[in-house]
Parts: sequence; structure tokens; C-alpha cells
Amino acid sequence: MFYLFCPYCGEHREEEEFHPRGQAHLSRPEDPDGCTDEEWGDFIYFRTNPRGLHHEIWVHAVGCRKFFNVTRDTQSYEILETYRMGSAPRITDLNDKQQSREVQA
Amino acid sequence: MQKYSGFGLLRHALTYHENWQRVWRNPKPKKKYDVIIVGGGGHGLATAYYLARVHNITNVAVVEKGYLGGGNTARNTTIVRSNYLWDEAALLYEHAMKLWEGLSQELNYNLMFSQRGVLNLGHTLQDMRDIHRRVSANRLNGIDSEALDARGVQEIVPILDCSASRRYPVLGASWQPRAGVARHDAVAWGFARAADAMGVDLLQQCEVTDILTEDGAAIGVETRQHGVIHGDRIGCVVAGNSGVLAKMAGFRLPIESHPLQALVSEPIRPLLDTVVMSNHVHGYISQSDKGDLVIGAGIDGYNGYGQRGSYPTVEHTLQAIVEMFPIFSRVRMNRQWGGIVDTCPDACPIISDTPVENLFFNCGWGTGGFKATPGSGHVFATTLATGQPHDLARPFSMFRFHNGALIDEHGAAGVAH
Repeated sequence: MFYLFCPYCGEHREEEEFHPRGQAHLSRPEDPDGCTDEEWGDFIYFRTNPRGLHHEIWVHAVGCRKFFNVTRDTQSYEILETYRMGSAPRITDLNDKQQSREVQA
Repeated sequence: MQKYSGFGLLRHALTYHENWQRVWRNPKPKKKYDVIIVGGGGHGLATAYYLARVHNITNVAVVEKGYLGGGNTARNTTIVRSNYLWDEAALLYEHAMKLWEGLSQELNYNLMFSQRGVLNLGHTLQDMRDIHRRVSANRLNGIDSEALDARGVQEIVPILDCSASRRYPVLGASWQPRAGVARHDAVAWGFARAADAMGVDLLQQCEVTDILTEDGAAIGVETRQHGVIHGDRIGCVVAGNSGVLAKMAGFRLPIESHPLQALVSEPIRPLLDTVVMSNHVHGYISQSDKGDLVIGAGIDGYNGYGQRGSYPTVEHTLQAIVEMFPIFSRVRMNRQWGGIVDTCPDACPIISDTPVENLFFNCGWGTGGFKATPGSGHVFATTLATGQPHDLARPFSMFRFHNGALIDEHGAAGVAH
């Protein structure tokens, strides 16, 4: 059991309150009618699926029910940061210790 | 290759079992192979075996970063069945089922393949409609499948609580008598031993760190321990790590890796002689020959490569088992572990060419790859030998996610297994 910090509730809550909803920062094609089948397929189905640092969407399903982003290590399962929808992650490189120090500060 | 037999066992007993031949060699890598298979699990070893056996291609290397059969082959719950809904999937899994029957003899290795039947329970009217539909589809494809009512289920599994007073009463089930279980490790070892005997090099402790390409075609792999190994064709059969290898080659797959866990109880007396699965209550169970209950359910929802499962999932799994089998409520669990499954959006595998020439992927088996081990290897060997997919593998191209020809098997794949 792990705890996740909901950036809207401002609290750490139990894992069971949340659901993961896949890769974050995917943007819907700007011109949907002009997309080829390849572009639609890539958008809907193809994912980076990294071993290591990953930005994901989670939803606080039995809390505030809001969606937010999580930066997580998919190897160690360490949660590096959570941040609101629409904002950019502060940690983008697992090896960059400076980034995580800034987030913790 | 030393032939295994009852007489041989007796003969070796006379010398205190000290003179058994090594099961496979530990060869030095050559500079170049006709085919390099990345991943020494069940599917990769089966591919190597059928390449040698069916296509006479023996200049083959199986490159494995750990030890043979140490990934999902060692971590699954050993269920074998073929009662899938759609023609494409049903024919592929039935192909595997037919290879399972007789595989112990063919490999001269006891796979402990036990066709003890699999029940897929239905708990709602919609469950039962789906079961009838799937059973009918199976029969049209020549797969043994029956729809049972609650009484029929109770006759097969007397300890299952089929009373109408349960929260999720058992209304019936689909029943595949030819389905069953097999000894998971033995499958990998049997294929490895037979492939090795035909000249395939099994390279353990050899991790691929890069896929080398030239003019858009794969020419070899860079390994951590043995440097560059060249190959005319490269087949990746690495389950949960498929996305990592695809990234090395410069493309993405429609796959996400999730932890899937299983657990076994302390050994108890034999009392469950079949496999019981429930999509609705969401758990499945069988009893191993050793006596422990082998239990599993769903994946952890988040992406992960950690090869361990979460505790909430253990709790949900055991709730489901106790709902079906109140008799097991006080059985203690002994061990729990996780494997990394490569889940595909339509719950069907990818057996495919890729954007990189001479590079092929066999992945996306998700939660149910073990049952397909021989079939997967058999059809993938055709792909690697000829560059063209086997007829049964043709619908499973990764490019179906561009043209929309998905094969939605979420119903039959159901509870992870």
C-alpha cells in the first residue's frame, strides 16, 4: 500500500482511492479530420511504455474525482511528484538529482 | 541428447544420479547467426525449437539477459485452454492446444500436461448469454466446449458454493474438457534441451543493450557481456520488456507493461481437480500436483516493471476466491510473486514485422501467453524463417492498430490468467 499526494485535496491518501489512467501529456490531434489512419492509430493506441521515469494521469476516484499527473519510476515504483492538469512536470530525468531536490524543497 | 526414460532413471539410480548429462551446453557466442531470438522464455525457446525442427535453421542464438525461463514462464499460473471467441484467436490458441497434446513425447520431456478441464463461471444473465455465444463460436471452430447449468457445474466441482443465496450466485459455466494445466518450467526446459540438441546456441546472462540498424534494416544486437552479435533476422520475444526493445529500434508499440501477480497457498490435500475461473467475481484457482492452491486475478492498474504485485490486489483476489469457495477461507497463503505482462489494447498478441526491416516482434500476449507457448513459437518460427507470417499469425500484425482490424478478445481473455 502506498500513499499518493492529491494536488487538489492537498493531502496524502491511500493508493486504493486512486485509479491510474495511462500516459500523460497526450494531446488530441489539432485537425482530427485531416489525420491519416496512422496518425489516429498512433494517438489512440501507441504508447512510450518506458522502464524508468514515466508521466501518468491518475484520478482521485473516491476522493475529489479530479484528474492529475504523476511522475513515477516504473522500475522502483517511487513517486517523484504529483502535479495538476495543465502544468508541466518538474522532474524529467531520473538521473538529475538537482530536479528532485528542487521539488522536495 | 540423452534420452529420458523410466529405465534410464533406474540405471542412474545405481550411480546415485551423479552421471546425468548436462541438459544443455553453455556455448561461446559466434560472431554471426542466421536468426537471433531475443528472450529465452517459453515463447523464445519454442521459436528456436521450431526453427530448427520445422525449417532446418540451426544457426540460431537465443539471447537471454537472465536465465532461461526466468521471467513470465516461471511466474504464470500454468493454465492451458483455447476457448476464445473470435476465429483468428481461437484458431491460434487451438493450434497451440494441438501442439500441447503430444509435446511431452515429442520433446522427450515430461511437461506434466494435465487436461483436467477449465470452467469459466457465469454469475449473471449477461454472463450466460456471453457463455452460450462463445461456446457456439468454439464449436463452429471445432473446439470442444460445452455450456453447463449450475447443477452441471456443481457435479464437476462439489466444493464450489453454487447456492442461490450467494451474492454472486453461479448460474452456469462454459466447460472445456481438453483444457488444463502444464508444468511451466518444464516447458521452457524441454524446448531449450531439444533446441540445444539441434545446435541452437542458448546464450544466458547476455543482455541486449541496443539493436543495430543499417539503412532501416536490423543487422544485429549489441550485448552487455559479449559485444556485437550479428544476425540476418532478429526476433524479439521479451514480453514485458517489448517497449524497451522497440525504443532501441526507434519505434513504439501499442503495448503497456503491467505487473500481474499470482499466489500459492500452503499444500493441502487434493480436493480441486479442475481449473475454475470467474470473470465476474474476478479470480481463478487450480490445485497443483504438490497440493498448493494456485490463485490469480487481475493486473495492477499502473504501468510497472518491478516484477512484484501490490497488496490491495492480493486482497481483491482472495476476496473473490473466498466468495466462490468459502471452504478455503482459512487456508494460508504461502508465496506471492509478480511478472510483467505486455498488455495490448484488444487483448490479442502481436506477431509481426515492424517498421525496421528484418526485425520481428512476438509480444502483447498480456495476461494469457503461457497457454500459447508452442503455437506462438511454431508460427513465429515461420515468420523468422521466411520473412512472411504464418497464415494463423497474419491477423496479428502490429499494423492492425492503424487499419482498425482489431480482434477484441477481452471477453474470452477475461480475468487475467
